[in-house]
Amino acid sequence: MKIVREALAGTLESSDLMVRIAPREEGLEVVLQSEVIHQFGTQIEAVVRETLAKLAIVDGLVVIEDKGALDCVIRARVQTAVQRAVDEWTAEWSALS
Amino acid sequence: MKLRRSMLFLPGSNAAMLSTAFVYRPDSIMFDLEDAVSLREKDSARMLVFHALQMPIYRDIETVVRINPLSTPFGMKDLEAVVRAGADVIRLPKTDTAADVHALEAEVERIERECGREVGSTKLMAAIESASGVVNALAIATSSKRLIGIALAGFDYVMDMQTERGDGTELFYARCAVLHAARYAKIDAFDVVFGDLNDEAGFLKEVDLIKRLGFNGKSLINPRQIELLHNAFAPTEEEVDYARRVVAAAAAGERQGLGVVSLNGKMIDAPVIDHARVVLRRAEASGVRK
Amino acid sequence: MTHSTEARLADVSLPAGLEAFSGVTARAPHLATQTQKHGRKLAASLEDAIRASGLKNGMTISFHHAFREGDKTINFVVDKLAAMGFRDLTLAPSSLLSCNFPLIEHIKSGVIRRIYTSGMRGKLADAISHGLMETPINVHSHGGRVHLIDRGELTLDVAFLGVSTADVFGNANAISGRSRCGSLGYAMVDAARAGKVILLAEEIVPFPNAPASIRQDQVDFVVKVDQIGDPSKISVGAARMTSNPRELLIARLAAEVMEHAGLFEEGFSLQTGTGGSATATTRFLEDRMVKKGIKAAFALGGITGPIVDLHQKGLIGRIIDTQSFDAVAAESLRVNPEHWEISTNTYANLTSKGAYCDRVDMVILSALEIDLDFNVNVITGSDGVMRGASGGHSDVAAGAALAIVVGPLIRSRIPTVVEKCTTVVTPGETIGVLVTDHGIAVNPNRPEVAERLKAAGLPVMTIEELYARAISLTGKPQPIEFLDRVVGLIRYRDGTVIDAVRQVKG
Repeated sequence: MKIVREALAGTLESSDLMVRIAPREEGLEVVLQSEVIHQFGTQIEAVVRETLAKLAIVDGLVVIEDKGALDCVIRARVQTAVQRAVDEWTAEWSALS
Repeated sequence: MKLRRSMLFLPGSNAAMLSTAFVYRPDSIMFDLEDAVSLREKDSARMLVFHALQMPIYRDIETVVRINPLSTPFGMKDLEAVVRAGADVIRLPKTDTAADVHALEAEVERIERECGREVGSTKLMAAIESASGVVNALAIATSSKRLIGIALAGFDYVMDMQTERGDGTELFYARCAVLHAARYAKIDAFDVVFGDLNDEAGFLKEVDLIKRLGFNGKSLINPRQIELLHNAFAPTEEEVDYARRVVAAAAAGERQGLGVVSLNGKMIDAPVIDHARVVLRRAEASGVRK
Repeated sequence: MTHSTEARLADVSLPAGLEAFSGVTARAPHLATQTQKHGRKLAASLEDAIRASGLKNGMTISFHHAFREGDKTINFVVDKLAAMGFRDLTLAPSSLLSCNFPLIEHIKSGVIRRIYTSGMRGKLADAISHGLMETPINVHSHGGRVHLIDRGELTLDVAFLGVSTADVFGNANAISGRSRCGSLGYAMVDAARAGKVILLAEEIVPFPNAPASIRQDQVDFVVKVDQIGDPSKISVGAARMTSNPRELLIARLAAEVMEHAGLFEEGFSLQTGTGGSATATTRFLEDRMVKKGIKAAFALGGITGPIVDLHQKGLIGRIIDTQSFDAVAAESLRVNPEHWEISTNTYANLTSKGAYCDRVDMVILSALEIDLDFNVNVITGSDGVMRGASGGHSDVAAGAALAIVVGPLIRSRIPTVVEKCTTVVTPGETIGVLVTDHGIAVNPNRPEVAERLKAAGLPVMTIEELYARAISLTGKPQPIEFLDRVVGLIRYRDGTVIDAVRQVKG
């Protein structure tokens, strides 16, 4: 899928995160800010990238502001942001788990 | 038989609550995609609940999802997501007729087949929120084998009845109608939410009423109400003592091959023994009342 | 003068070192005039008092922190010392908080070289964790601080003690006047031990001021100041009953543990501390005490409104108060005759001749981290940065018959139960029970407690199970990267070093 517009998902409340996604040519850039970056930065970035890969997102700027969300919340917020940023959402449910 | 005293409502859009609610150990957790979620967050809440349902920690607890009505643009998408994610029960809001349940059931079965989930494994619950629903309660309660219960939802109902929430008089007929329909259909009956978090005495009064009427439990909007409710549903020490003696007498009677069971010289009927067993089961789940 | 000393001693040869009497005021010039006699301690300004105290570069200055985040004395005095050109001082307050961030500049400029404290928070703690100081700070417990002073490691040269009222002779308290912090438990230690004692008093009241939490025979100088602290910031919200369902859940479990652990008998004693869960525990305890028909002999510690409430309802006999955590507690200390003020020496010093903490049955404690051996960290966050205080934690854990640690299993994504604590403050062998929102773990060294709690139907599991549960939700945290350099030494209450805090990388 292709990111065609800027979109937001999530909140800045504790245990949540805000995902901002925007079109970008040539590649994927993930910018991560997190309250728990020292303990979970690597894991969070891996989850974000894996979630995007399953949606076949290869180009885009993804900015994450994380407030200590669990992995499943991160997946949900990234997927929602993508859903809001594409023209046609073609993902199978099985690709979202 | 599954105990369903407390059904805790969680707004489907609230990540923090979804990440912690299991610690409160309600009998069932109900993720709400309907009234607690604003129109612009329907998509994000659906996605959050889709993932929360798959958290291993929620496997130990009955999960219910209140989807949007199928007549809205959200209802079918909700259903697609949560049946696939493994929700134990789908709660249909604003159920007016048995046909509403049939329509839902057909879609659930289609999705089960599509995603490879065992057909029939997704249970249903109907929320009755209108005069029509109350009048059709019996038809609704007997409309599907998947139904595990019906719930009265007070807010929309009193609106429909052109009245407002008060001391409970306004719900009297509806409560009795829903309850009789549930008992006839041998499914569970759930009472309305109690909105005023700070009125502990009022909450307990309402719990006492619905327990005596015969409801299985109540929908709750705050985890703080769970312990209060469970305690109110817990039998007293005297009740447990008596129930133990009844069950022991029944067991003794059975051993001796007696057709009649007696305790302290008084004959005990089969329904009394059944009731004693219910009391003991409640004590096992809720402990003894504090 | 036939009776002159000279004449009377004319044929006496005085032993070496003894001198002849030379007049009543010769050795006590302040007795020469009434004004001098009464007013000699009242300094015109803080500078005057500092000069008169004989403070020199390299000496140690001390403070109490009873106003916590509302303290206005520490920063004020150190600013003054810096302006007067003092350098290389050792700062030894009973503790430091976020409000003390202006000290960063004084550390950078060399005014402060060394620090002894119970803890630190905010920007100051962050800067020190990142290597601001050349010498590691010493983090002690409340009882341990007195121990370090008494055994001579820590010499308090000049104590600067903020009080709400004092008379010109130095009788002082903090239950009268405007900015009342209540108990002066920390200050009492310094007043009794410092070389020179300077009171910073908000209000000078007629002599003799009573009660004299700090006594005239301990005080060298009294200075009037505008404000010593803001009592509304001592513990924001501690007196309020939490409505957070998770805190209430933990509090209810903690109260059940207290009820069923085997110590809930007539005349028991307790310390419940502060924070949402601890405060709520006190309330849940009330119902259980009433139902069982028992009363507590005393409550110890940092005192909050809910403890006062139980006292006034007749459920707690005495309140033994080393720090008043809210206005209700401070007011109770003023009006309730069975609410007593004690020094931290009497509260928790291992080497005092009698510490109350040894007489406590059950204490509720907090934790930033607790590890599989029940060791507790209350100093460093899981990012390795200091953000807490040792306080009375290790003192009361060691003294109490049963120490109960309460806290959520997970804070946002950070597990409280960890494999190994980032920093050990309180040794696990002194912790009996851990109460979390996911369940209760009992230290294997207390099998009898585990049996009782299980028999009461409480959700008892092993700490390894709690850990596994936490990790299954959060994932396993990656280890924090530290440099080799030590920035803090954690002193156990007996003066030994129990752990070292290293500089955080980056």
